[in-house]
Amino acid sequence: MASTAITAGAEPVFHLEEEHAHAEGGSTMLGFWLYLMSDCLIFAMLFAAFGVLGGNYAAGPAPKDLFDLGLVAVNTTMLLLSSITYGFAMLTMDKGRVGATQGWLAVTMLFGLAFLSIELYEFAHMIHEGATPQRSAFLSSFFTLVGTHGLHVTFGIVWMVTLMVQVARHGLIEANRRRLMCLSMFWHFLDVVWIGVFTFVYLMGTLR
Amino acid sequence: MSAHDHAGHDHAHGGVAHGSLKGYLVGFFLSVILTAIPFWMVMTGAIDNKQATAIIVMAFAAVQIVVHMIFFLHMNPASEGGWSMLALIFTVILVVIVLSGSLWVMYHLNANMMPGLHEMQQMP
Repeated sequence: MASTAITAGAEPVFHLEEEHAHAEGGSTMLGFWLYLMSDCLIFAMLFAAFGVLGGNYAAGPAPKDLFDLGLVAVNTTMLLLSSITYGFAMLTMDKGRVGATQGWLAVTMLFGLAFLSIELYEFAHMIHEGATPQRSAFLSSFFTLVGTHGLHVTFGIVWMVTLMVQVARHGLIEANRRRLMCLSMFWHFLDVVWIGVFTFVYLMGTLR
Repeated sequence: MSAHDHAGHDHAHGGVAHGSLKGYLVGFFLSVILTAIPFWMVMTGAIDNKQATAIIVMAFAAVQIVVHMIFFLHMNPASEGGWSMLALIFTVILVVIVLSGSLWVMYHLNANMMPGLHEMQQMP
């Protein structure tokens, strides 16, 4: 395993030819979990900003005037349904059924797109009513927090399309399984963040 | 080398819990209930007291986050040799410090620094 280079008058130097074998991707899941935890801190900062600024309406519209809880409930349902369908995709992946996995991924993507469409409709509606991010500190922090979550969902969908192409080309090989498991963690993590959003922003905002 | 690869392969599978159909369905069922009740409470105003409603809504959110962690993210103390759980605990501590610290400090800053209408009226 070790080669030795001896030059005259010098101490022998040992070089390891290679490190002992790590299975490829063996540490990927832990590394991705650490990324998610750092992402969690970003959201914590945004939640803190919203918590501090969420009451400063600058004589503008308050949550009660803006939020349509029925719409938010539908939105929450979309994200929850996309979580369970991604779970089904993982279960069919374990059984090695490519077609079923692709099908469930497509369903998940549609629920994700529905979530995004509803959110964009809500944003457009608010901006149309004059509740733009510039209107008050409450609205600035609201759009930053909810927008950042929406941006994450957008990139999750982009990632999902990429992986569907990968699976279609190469099948459920080990690398693709690993990637799908990372996206699974990402997707479920976004659902966890959304629990915080609908509780602290929408429900508590309406109560305020 | 092939023996090595095989061992690594097994390890990669053993390190991550995949969950079962039953687990996903139980998690989904619980999170639907834990989502529906807070929405219903706020939308209908089932409890007259706003503060009590807020506390109950937050408690439901905390429980739902734990449910998602267990049934969807498959967190358990043993996964990745305990490192996932350790990172999670560390993050939770940081989040608690950031949130409670910001709210606490800024609440007192608002209370002490901003002259309210009441004080302004008493000024000469």
